[in-house]
Amino acid sequence: MTFLEQHKDEIAELLSRYPVKRSALIPLLYLAQRDHGYVPEAAMKEIAQLLGLTPPQVYETITFYTLFNLKPVGKFHIQVCKSLMCALVGSDTVLEWIKAKLGIGPGESTADGLFSLCLVECLAACGTGPMMQINDDYYERLTEDKLDRILYDLRSTGTSALKSGPFMWPEPAPEKQGA
Amino acid sequence: MSQHELILLKNMMQPGYTGSLADYEKTGGYQALRATVGRTAPADVTATVRKSGLRGRGGAGFPTGVKWGFLPKDYHGPRYLCCNADESEPGTFKDRQLMERDPHQMLEGIVLTCYAIGAESAYIYIRGELVLCSKILERAIDEARTAGYIGKDILGTGINVEVWVHRGAGAYICGEETALLESLEGKRGLPRIKPPFPATHGLYNKPTVVNNVETLANLPHILTRGAEWFASIGSPPKSTGTRVFCVSGHVKRPGNYEVPMGVTFRELVYEHAGGMRSDKPIKAFIPGGASAPFLTPAHLDVKLDFESVAAAGSMLGSGGVTVMEEGTSMVWAALRLMEFFYHESCGKCSPCREGSSWLVQTMRRIIAKRGRMEDLETLSDLCKNIAGRTVCAFGDAEVAPIQGTLKYWREEYVALIREAEAANLVMPEPVARG
Repeated sequence: MTFLEQHKDEIAELLSRYPVKRSALIPLLYLAQRDHGYVPEAAMKEIAQLLGLTPPQVYETITFYTLFNLKPVGKFHIQVCKSLMCALVGSDTVLEWIKAKLGIGPGESTADGLFSLCLVECLAACGTGPMMQINDDYYERLTEDKLDRILYDLRSTGTSALKSGPFMWPEPAPEKQGA
Repeated sequence: MSQHELILLKNMMQPGYTGSLADYEKTGGYQALRATVGRTAPADVTATVRKSGLRGRGGAGFPTGVKWGFLPKDYHGPRYLCCNADESEPGTFKDRQLMERDPHQMLEGIVLTCYAIGAESAYIYIRGELVLCSKILERAIDEARTAGYIGKDILGTGINVEVWVHRGAGAYICGEETALLESLEGKRGLPRIKPPFPATHGLYNKPTVVNNVETLANLPHILTRGAEWFASIGSPPKSTGTRVFCVSGHVKRPGNYEVPMGVTFRELVYEHAGGMRSDKPIKAFIPGGASAPFLTPAHLDVKLDFESVAAAGSMLGSGGVTVMEEGTSMVWAALRLMEFFYHESCGKCSPCREGSSWLVQTMRRIIAKRGRMEDLETLSDLCKNIAGRTVCAFGDAEVAPIQGTLKYWREEYVALIREAEAANLVMPEPVARG
C-alpha cells in the first residue's frame, strides 16, 4: 500500500487545516517519518504529487529542517544538547558516558540498530540541563545513574518513566502554597 | 526576596493544578473571553492592550497593541494570528512551561487576539521537538472547542475562531516572524525582506499578527483586571507587567521565575535562583538569551527592564538569563554560542552565511592555541561587517557573544594567542571547516 492510501483519513484532515495545500508539507513529512523513522524518497515523491509540487521542492524543504532523517536511524534516536547552557552543566560529560556505554559516537548507530546518537543545538530545556531527547521524549537533569536507568528501561521495555512529564521547573515548594 | 503577585505562573503553582479546562475555569478562566467576545468592540480591546503597555515577550519587545493596530482597517479578506511557540533562543524555556502546565491561559489569549484583529484562524507554530507539548495543546483545543470557546459561533456570539497546532521541524530561524510564516507555508524558513510587514502581507500574503506565547498568556488577565492594573506593575511606563525569566547555568536553583519587570539581576540570581552553585563567584551572565551580549558582575544591579538592559549595552530579549562562574573560559563560551549560530544560519544573506563560518574557524583556531594576534582584528572586522547587513536580526545576534567577550575579556583571547606564539604553533591557514 502506498503512503497516501495508508493514511488517507489523516492526510485529508491535515489538508483541511490550511487554505493553501503546501502548508501541509511539514505535517505530511512527519507522518511519513512516523512510519519509518526516516522519510523515504518514495514518500517524498508521493507527497510532492499530492501537493502539486515538484520532488525538488519537497527535497529543498526537507533538507532545511534538522528534525527529518533522510536515512534510517536507530530504534531509539538519542539527541544530546551541546549548546552553551547545557555545556556549562556537563553535556560534554554526558556525551562521553553515552560513547562509553553504547560504543558509538555522534552520527553512528549500534550494531543491533537499537540506538543511534547525534549532537544537537539547544532544545529549550536550559534550566534542567544536561539533557537529551530520545525519539519524542525529553530526559533532563541527567546524571550517570539516571542515564543507566534510561538505557536499561528502553532496552527492556521500550519506554522509560524517567522522561519529562508536563514541564515545570522549579516544582512549586509545598511551603510556598497559597503564597 | 520582594513579595509580588504572580500572574502567569499563579495557576500552575496551586497544588494539584493540572491545566485541564475544569481547573482553568475554577480559577476564573475564560471569564475574559465571556466578557469580551461579542460584547466589547474589537477596537476597544486593542485600545485596552495598548494602554496596558504590554510589549512582546518573544525578544524584540514591540508594543502588542500597536502591532495589532497596524492591520489594515479597510481590508475584508481573511486575516491570521500566528502564535510564535518556536522558543528556540538558547537560554529560554518559559513557553514550554506556560503551554504544558496551563495551555488554556494561552488559548484564551489567542481567541481574544483573534477577536481583536478580526482573524478566524490561528496557527500555533510550535518547535518540532516539543511533541508532548503539542499533544497537550491539541487536547486543550479539543476541550475548549467542546465547551464552545473555540470553533464556530463561539458561545453563540456568531464569532468564529479555529486554532491549529503546527509543528516546526528544528530550525532556530523559524522563531523570526517572517521565517515562521515561510515555514508555515511549507517552505524553507528563510526570513522575508521587510517591508512589506506581516501586518499587511503575512501568512499567504494576508494581514497577519505574530505574537509570542507569553504575550498571549497575559491577555486574559489584562482584559479582566484592566489596563491600569497591568500598567502599574513592573517599571512603568515602558516596561509594564511581569516576565517569566529563565535562569540557567551555574546557579543553585535554575528554572523559571516570574517577577515584575524592574527587579535587578542581583535579586533574580541571588534570591530567586539561590545564588551561585558553589563558592566560585559569578564571572559573567547573559541577560536575555544567546543573542544578547554578555554582561559582567558590575552589571548585577541593572534592572530587568527593556530600557535598563539596553542602556547597559545588552538586551532583555527573550528573558533567558545564563550565569557563568569564575573559571569559565569566555572564549570557549563564545565559541559554543558561535557554533550554535553557525549551525542555525539559514544561508540567505552572504554576510551571515559566510561570516558565521569564518568566525567559527577563527575562534576554533584561537582556542586550539594556534591563533595569531591579527585574528582579534579579523574577529572585530567580521562582526562589524555582519551586524546590520542582513535581512533579519540574526546577523546582529550572532556577533553578540564575540563582541561582548572581546569587550570585557579580551585578555583571555590574548593569553591563548600568546601561548600559541610562545610554542610557535601559529597556524598560517584557517583550520578545516567544521
